[in-house]
Amino acid sequence: MISLVIDIVLLLFLLIMAIFILRVHQLLAVAMLFGLYSLLVAGLFMVLDAPDVAFTEAAVGTGIATVLMLATIACTKVSQEKIQRKVAKTPLFICLVVGGLLMYGTHNIADLGDPEAPPHTQVAKRYIEDGQKDTGVPNLVTAVLASYRGFDTLGEVTVVFTAGIGVLLLLVRPQKIRIKGVKSAR
Amino acid sequence: MNLLLVAASLAIMTTMALALARALLGPTIFDRILAVNMFGTKAVLLVAVFAFVSGRPDVLDIALLYSLLNFVGVVAALRLVERGKDYADHKKPEINKDGSNP
Repeated sequence: MISLVIDIVLLLFLLIMAIFILRVHQLLAVAMLFGLYSLLVAGLFMVLDAPDVAFTEAAVGTGIATVLMLATIACTKVSQEKIQRKVAKTPLFICLVVGGLLMYGTHNIADLGDPEAPPHTQVAKRYIEDGQKDTGVPNLVTAVLASYRGFDTLGEVTVVFTAGIGVLLLLVRPQKIRIKGVKSAR
Repeated sequence: MNLLLVAASLAIMTTMALALARALLGPTIFDRILAVNMFGTKAVLLVAVFAFVSGRPDVLDIALLYSLLNFVGVVAALRLVERGKDYADHKKPEINKDGSNP
């Protein structure tokens, strides 16, 4: 009961905050409000009984992302957003369509913690009974992650690797590569 | 006992709403920073209370993480303000034609 109330209140806060983030043009305030937004989302994840996701969301969204955004603002000259009066129609349309599709997708989803949901009745049982035989991996979690969902994990690793390369390319300073023993001409 | 915890969480959410109002409306950047810090503290409290309401005290770890991160964010923002840029938004921003602040 109380978790329902907390859910509703947190979602209400999220809605209000999203609208105000759109209307505030002070970039520092926007960065801090984004941090709060992420904190609220993490709180919602926690109420939904997903503490690991809440941990990640809080660490990435509230911690790293806020500090990175603030550091970026510190590097720029202008601290104000350019105010645009016109509403961009195509992004709004895409947002509404994607939001509608997501809402449509929630219709068929199983209830939270429903023991009769297909993942609990069919897939998990098969993993536990046949996992050892199918994959030959003694640890069940490893078997699911690395064998049953191998392609999914491969995709995740690819994404993380690409992000790492991107960050490394961004961090490379535009200066001459110095070769050992050769004095650079400065 | 449970009723007490529920009442406490409702009171914390009321405080959160007030802090949120100050963070969104705040005339100066310092109001916003203080309100954001306060909101984060209340989120920590709410998580702690919720941990005991739902009977999962291991969720308290998340409350600890929140308080650490909240601190980091506020310190980063204050370091940025300390650099002396004009971040208070009660003044009208004077922006030159080339888009740079004077």
